[in-house]
Amino acid sequence: MATTFYTAAAIAIVATALAISRKQAVHALLYLIVSLLAVALIFFVLGAPFVAALEVIIYAGAIMVLFVFVLMLLNLGAPSIEQARRWLAPRTWIGPLVLTALLLGELLYALASGGPATTGPLVDPRQVGLALFGRYAIGVELASMLLLAGLIGAYHLGRRQPGRG
Amino acid sequence: MAGIPVAHGLIVAGLLFSLGLLGVLVRRDLIFILLSIEVMVNAAGLAFVVAGSRWGQADGQVIFLFILAMAAAEVAVGLALVIQLYHRLGTLDADAASTLRG
Repeated sequence: MATTFYTAAAIAIVATALAISRKQAVHALLYLIVSLLAVALIFFVLGAPFVAALEVIIYAGAIMVLFVFVLMLLNLGAPSIEQARRWLAPRTWIGPLVLTALLLGELLYALASGGPATTGPLVDPRQVGLALFGRYAIGVELASMLLLAGLIGAYHLGRRQPGRG
Repeated sequence: MAGIPVAHGLIVAGLLFSLGLLGVLVRRDLIFILLSIEVMVNAAGLAFVVAGSRWGQADGQVIFLFILAMAAAEVAVGLALVIQLYHRLGTLDADAASTLRG
């Protein structure tokens, strides 16, 4: 499984480098999602399946959707259909598609070869949960307060202030 | 089965972090700056998980969960600020927001 790790690491680095060098933010988002999926595969190989799932669901899912949402929100004035067609032209998709195809190939290889898919010691979700709500319970409370502060802050800042904005 | 050397995992995390830092320093688009910050936060999380995997403990993954919550809160507030700045300045250029007078 060492090959899986190094291939996923290479994909993550290449996709990140491509992401920060794009002109259009939407193209950068596509590459960044590929990079996050590659990092999720690295987590899986390292024996952290719970965190790998969370990386896909929260990072590549929720946070990236938030970015796409804001990008679409900021381009209200432009003729959006033409713009979307130009942004998502087939040649835009080729790079991310090739990289995700490589990741899929790795995943299929890992599934087909059978046996333990991890190289390190497997730390299953049960251990993580026991540590999280045992030793780190105060951290969970602090994280919940941080999220509440983030929620209120985002609501306050995102509101259109009458007469000033 | 031979494990992956912990140094290699940390090198990958370091490279990802450097790429994110490069993005913050080079790009002037606020969206790209936020994206690069996400890359850096993610690389820090990767380093924690690599270290946790080295010792076979759950602590690294627990810290990654906290990093995840922090990143979610940060990106929500950051994007709200971006929208607010865009409405006021009409541009996403970070250099345009150079005055502190509301």
